[in-house]
Amino acid sequence: MAKMTGKDMVVEALKREGVEVIFGFPGGAIIDINDALEKDGTIKFVLVRHEQGATHAADGYARASGKVGVCLVTSGPGATNTVTGIATAYMDSIPMVVMTGQVPTALIGNDAFQEVDIVGITRPCTKHNFLVKDVKDLPMILKEAFYIARSGRPGPVLIDLPKDVQNGKAEFNYPDEIHLRSYNPVFEPHIKQVRRAYRLIKKARKPVIYAGGGVIIAGAHNELRALAESTQTPVTMTLMGLGAFPGTHRLSLNMLGMHGSYCANMAMANSDLIIAVGARFDDRVTGKIEAFATKAKIVHMDIDPTSIQKNVKVDVPIVGDCRIALEKLVEAVREDSVTAEEWSERHRGWLEQLDAWNKRHPLHYKQESGVIKPQYVIEKLYEMTKGKAIITTEVGQNQMWAAQFYKFDEPRTLLSSGGLGTMGYGFPAAIGAQMAFPDKLVVDIAGDGSIQMNIQEMATAMEQRLPIKIIILNNQFLGMVRQWQELFYDRRYAATKFEMTPDFVKIAEAYGATGFRATKPEEVDDVLAKGLETDGPVVMEFAIAREEGVFPMVPAGKATTEMLLV
Amino acid sequence: MRHTLSVLVENTPGALSRITGLFSGRGFNIESLCVAATLDPTLSTLTLVTYGDDFIIEQIIKQLNRLVDVYKVIDVTEGEFVEREMALIKVKAEAETRAEVLRMCDIFRCKVVDVSSKTYTVEVTGPKSKLKAVIELLTPIGIKEITRTGTIAMIREKKTV
Repeated sequence: MAKMTGKDMVVEALKREGVEVIFGFPGGAIIDINDALEKDGTIKFVLVRHEQGATHAADGYARASGKVGVCLVTSGPGATNTVTGIATAYMDSIPMVVMTGQVPTALIGNDAFQEVDIVGITRPCTKHNFLVKDVKDLPMILKEAFYIARSGRPGPVLIDLPKDVQNGKAEFNYPDEIHLRSYNPVFEPHIKQVRRAYRLIKKARKPVIYAGGGVIIAGAHNELRALAESTQTPVTMTLMGLGAFPGTHRLSLNMLGMHGSYCANMAMANSDLIIAVGARFDDRVTGKIEAFATKAKIVHMDIDPTSIQKNVKVDVPIVGDCRIALEKLVEAVREDSVTAEEWSERHRGWLEQLDAWNKRHPLHYKQESGVIKPQYVIEKLYEMTKGKAIITTEVGQNQMWAAQFYKFDEPRTLLSSGGLGTMGYGFPAAIGAQMAFPDKLVVDIAGDGSIQMNIQEMATAMEQRLPIKIIILNNQFLGMVRQWQELFYDRRYAATKFEMTPDFVKIAEAYGATGFRATKPEEVDDVLAKGLETDGPVVMEFAIAREEGVFPMVPAGKATTEMLLV
Repeated sequence: MRHTLSVLVENTPGALSRITGLFSGRGFNIESLCVAATLDPTLSTLTLVTYGDDFIIEQIIKQLNRLVDVYKVIDVTEGEFVEREMALIKVKAEAETRAEVLRMCDIFRCKVVDVSSKTYTVEVTGPKSKLKAVIELLTPIGIKEITRTGTIAMIREKKTV
């Protein structure tokens, strides 16, 4: 077999893995691979303006499409700039392969120019990582990296590529399939456990399905819906789970947790059976753990055994792929003799109770004259886009309002940093999503704080001609922290008030994009309509009520029933 | 409760660091840690002594298993097992105590592995409790230095009667 250089191996492996687009930024230690990509010409390279943007874009691409997102950056600062993006993907189980350049192997450990131990730095925030020391190992490492990133509970994998490895030569044996003796994720759930779960479902009178991001990752939304509908069981979703079950469905209780609906939190607190699917009982969901769902038995399906029994005691653990587990559970329902009418009858009282809670405290906000309410902007956006847009968010109030007031009916339509809570995620993620779906409408819902964290990517959006729409809910505050200060720190607004905010319309224009601004409620509809119609990237800035809060709210460390309502 | 875990890991650079990083990052305890190659040179055994309630130990085992480099985790303490540790103890041995140290070594079946005019270096092997007893008894005589290997362990073979 003819020998191949390391850089060509990378290009060849990426093609075989079906990679169509790479997000990255060049540098001395990665120049050879950029050169090889350019010569080959098959894979699109998106040049970002900051490596953090590349990782979020790859992440957004992966979340929107379900494919592996790929990044290519140089050594040293190029590599360290990817850390936040990698940690973001790790916390939300997003498949990603990040390739970093590295100084030649002979110089490693010598504090060479632009040298950093990126494998050491990213060890705790990658699913796995590799330093390639010999070009002979490269094909296998590339194969393993993609396999590990996308299988089991997905996650980011980093490959550190020393310059001499990129230029060294070896035979290129690239297997179609691999088996790793130390890495065997369990896909097939234990049928006995599924039967035990079904017995609990049959006994329950107040069941609730608690669906997380795992449902979306596993592509289990149809099976989830089948289970909910066939057994007439209501569904609440985590932030990561929104879209796993239609938000407009009769059985949807919307989001639960810190800023979840009153109805969803009351449902969890009073239920006698929680069916957790691909969710991990995060502290933002459970509130004070001792007071969480004290009356409920818990069935927990997850592909990652560490998620089970980590925060709460589980009665029936089911380790495996959520889609298969749900499918088997639905089969168990169908094989049983309980009719649809009987299921309805059994849960009638419970569903009526939920409905009453929902009517008592629905998600709502007070309209006031003269000021723009952020919730209204989101509601209007939902209406005008008919719920069909891919929404990305930043982190903070903008994220929670988006989650509460945009109804997500389809999976992979809300892209948001849930676990890590990374401000500056939404805009580059929108770039990735738009690359994956050039014809879909992609909207980033941002705050004036978050958008400034990666605003440099405006240049990338312009260069790639990506018609992303950016909604900036501008309250000249770091609003979520301000809200905590208002509620728990006697309104001492320490370090949250922006004395200076840039003119976002002018920023848009400076990049050659279009900008619109609404400062009065009556301008909102018009700005949204114009903004959505305009070609190319558009910034729509809304001067919103400055001290508007996100409600309901469960204060950190309190029980989820102790909600602060509007 | 104290648990001794036997962890088989791929013999790759960074594997040890992944494991110790997991313990520090998640706030788990490590009492001792001992690593060496196995008969299969591509695998290493890592014997790790940790403590925590059942909930924590379950998490530790699951988290270890989640690491891509970890081949197998066995909680040795779950069944019958043998456990050994070795210590080298440099103890003062001058005129009046020289004989006493040797007597003590004899009782505990320790070996003297180095001799100087003022010290003996004693090798002691056994379960943790034995090491503790030897150290306690030698302390009044004067221990100058001590190094320990950490615990290694093995499951007992099932015996048929």
